[in-house]
Amino acid sequence: MSESEPNLLYSDIEQELRAGVRELLAARCPWQSVLGRVENDAAEVTDLALWRELAAMGVAGLPIAEELGGAGATWRESSMVAEELGRAVAPVPFLGSAVLAASALTAVDADEEVRSLVSDLAEGRRTATLAVPLSTAPGSAFPALVRAGDRTLTGTVPGVVDALNADVLVVPAVGADGPGLHLVAAEETVRTPVVSLDLTRPLTEVRLAGAPAVAVASGDRAVGAVESALVAGAALLSAEQLGVAEWALRTTVDHLKERTQFGRPLGSFQALKHRLADLWVSISQARAVVRNAAGAVASGSPDAPLAAALAQAFVSGVAVTAAEEAVQMHGGIGFTWEHPVHLYLKRAKSASIALGTADRHRGRIAELVDLPPAP
Amino acid sequence: MTTTNGAPPDAADLRKRVADLVAAHDPATTEQTEFLAARFDAGLAWVHFPPGAGGLGAPRALQTVVDAEFERLGSVPTHRDGLSIGLGMAAPTIVAFGTEQQRRRFLKPLYTGEEVWCQLFSEPGAGSDLAAVGTRAVRDGDSWVVDGQKVWTSMAHRARWAILLARTDPDVPKHRGLTYFVCDMTAPGVDVRPLRQLTGEAEFNEVYLDGVRLPDSLRLGEVGAGWKVAQTTLMNERVSIGGRPEPREGGLVGVVSELWRTRPELRTRGLHEELLKLWVAAEAARLTKERLRQQMAVGQPGPEGSAAKLSFAELNQRISGLELELLGTEGLAYDDWTFRRPEGQDPLRRGAGFHYLRTRGNSIEGGTSEILRTIIAERVLGLPAEPRVDKNVAWKDLPR
Repeated sequence: MSESEPNLLYSDIEQELRAGVRELLAARCPWQSVLGRVENDAAEVTDLALWRELAAMGVAGLPIAEELGGAGATWRESSMVAEELGRAVAPVPFLGSAVLAASALTAVDADEEVRSLVSDLAEGRRTATLAVPLSTAPGSAFPALVRAGDRTLTGTVPGVVDALNADVLVVPAVGADGPGLHLVAAEETVRTPVVSLDLTRPLTEVRLAGAPAVAVASGDRAVGAVESALVAGAALLSAEQLGVAEWALRTTVDHLKERTQFGRPLGSFQALKHRLADLWVSISQARAVVRNAAGAVASGSPDAPLAAALAQAFVSGVAVTAAEEAVQMHGGIGFTWEHPVHLYLKRAKSASIALGTADRHRGRIAELVDLPPAP
Repeated sequence: MTTTNGAPPDAADLRKRVADLVAAHDPATTEQTEFLAARFDAGLAWVHFPPGAGGLGAPRALQTVVDAEFERLGSVPTHRDGLSIGLGMAAPTIVAFGTEQQRRRFLKPLYTGEEVWCQLFSEPGAGSDLAAVGTRAVRDGDSWVVDGQKVWTSMAHRARWAILLARTDPDVPKHRGLTYFVCDMTAPGVDVRPLRQLTGEAEFNEVYLDGVRLPDSLRLGEVGAGWKVAQTTLMNERVSIGGRPEPREGGLVGVVSELWRTRPELRTRGLHEELLKLWVAAEAARLTKERLRQQMAVGQPGPEGSAAKLSFAELNQRISGLELELLGTEGLAYDDWTFRRPEGQDPLRRGAGFHYLRTRGNSIEGGTSEILRTIIAERVLGLPAEPRVDKNVAWKDLPR
């Protein structure tokens, strides 16, 4: 391993963890049950019982220190778990609670309230989320949708991920003395479900009308905490997108081996083979990019913002292509509600907008590596 | 050549052997050929090769340890210009299929660079369908008489030896009637002619073989087993990734990025978009190659090598196209159409027009992108093979 490049491989421990998570998801979260849940009311899509089981395996607290109830591992292991959750389009509050909220909270000075919340998140006793529109990209201006008053918050935040079932909201807000980060009990807010494109990832509009809040960071610290949460979010979301893409490729390959037309398996037609080969090539590349981003975020490298932007600029497109190709190559069956491929298509396309589009991330890259636009 | 308990050497043992060799032959003062000969004799040329063949029978993955250690101690890199066919393709094939005598004769001068090798595989009628080669080798006592034409042969004008695939039995299906030889490039009847390419240069050659007599001792592997032997050669062609990590913006993307930074007057909005997309794609390709390198270093080579070649070809072609457009008026000019042999030059130092034209070959040479996609689909993804019309048909009866 060179000093300058992160380790892009999976450790033996990660592979063991992967096997455990995959086994649990296969038993508890087959696509038939995911499809069943998305037909429920918005409030029942998220599988909190499954989330508690995953948390009991340590999945929710991987990058959190052991003294705070976490597993004392890193974002690398977390990223590997995200791959499996993507592969299963699991409807659990991983992104909101275990990534965005946990990352923001571990970046602030931990008082007793924050420590107890972080340890509850790690152990799955409570869930939280970062109250920003899910489309917010790293490198954006500090969110100013919420005004901070005297220990109260007022404002409306559209499209918040994993908020409907959350216990606590971590809310960026701007007050008289500038940016701040606050904790709000979710029950003190008005939460309206949004009909979301990704059925397995419910979004919520959160309205705060003088909601009681506890400030946990202010000024640069608050700005830094939100930014690091968005960077970690982008890196981890790319891992989930890799899992989605791998599922789409695997499922399509299996289908093309089985399905016969014109007297031969579809998979023997070169026009289809070459498209799948191209997909496999981009997925191999996505894997390297995802590992690179996870490694950079895990080590707190100064390259983390670039690695995360690269991951979203590259992997989100790979996942969307994989899911779109899967629908096409499944033919008519791929266009039906009964086949799970639409769950993956919706997850992939939504995720390509979440935390910034590829275009936004390329813009960030241009700033970070000094490739300025035309005058 | 193994350690005292008979086990193959480990990393620590190899580091010590490198240190001992460097202590005995100071790389700063020892002549290069002599140094490489000593390295070969010490079994540190290819550590996974058997003792006596430049190796120590160590795990293949440890070669990177040895290379890094030699580099750290100031020795010359072994992969020098013009030697890649010998080092990367001929050597592993000779080790796998050669007789003791052949190994002794060929491996050392091949490694030191005293003898250059080329590859007589492709023909005007057999490119991607390599098993269709028509060059004939007919047995005559203790010799073979070879007649035919080969093409796309790099280094043939400097080569002392060639690896040669020839048809020895036209009456059986095409994959079964081939035999693999080492061809003596100084033998009477070998005629090497430069083949000028669309860049204006002649990197490659046509080689005409007219009644060339090769002793049977130059045959590599059994008569009729040429296809199997050639597979070893080709596998090694595609696996040759390793060495040091590539830096960000290494290669053509760095050339174009630098142009973008230093020539603001050339920038347009559309090209900015395109540049960023290619920058991202190049970084993804670089990291993929780095991941493969790390896999090989821990002894787990993956099938990503063929992915690396495919994406490298496409990327280079797109980036060089962008470079030309970015240059505008300057892109209409070409740096040099002089007919010449481009040996040992860094192609990145040539002009944008050359980059654009030369990279067209990246998706053709060493297996076309289309063939690579089929290989990935069938061997990696396990998709069913296409129906074939050339199976179980004697080569002489195939339409040509």
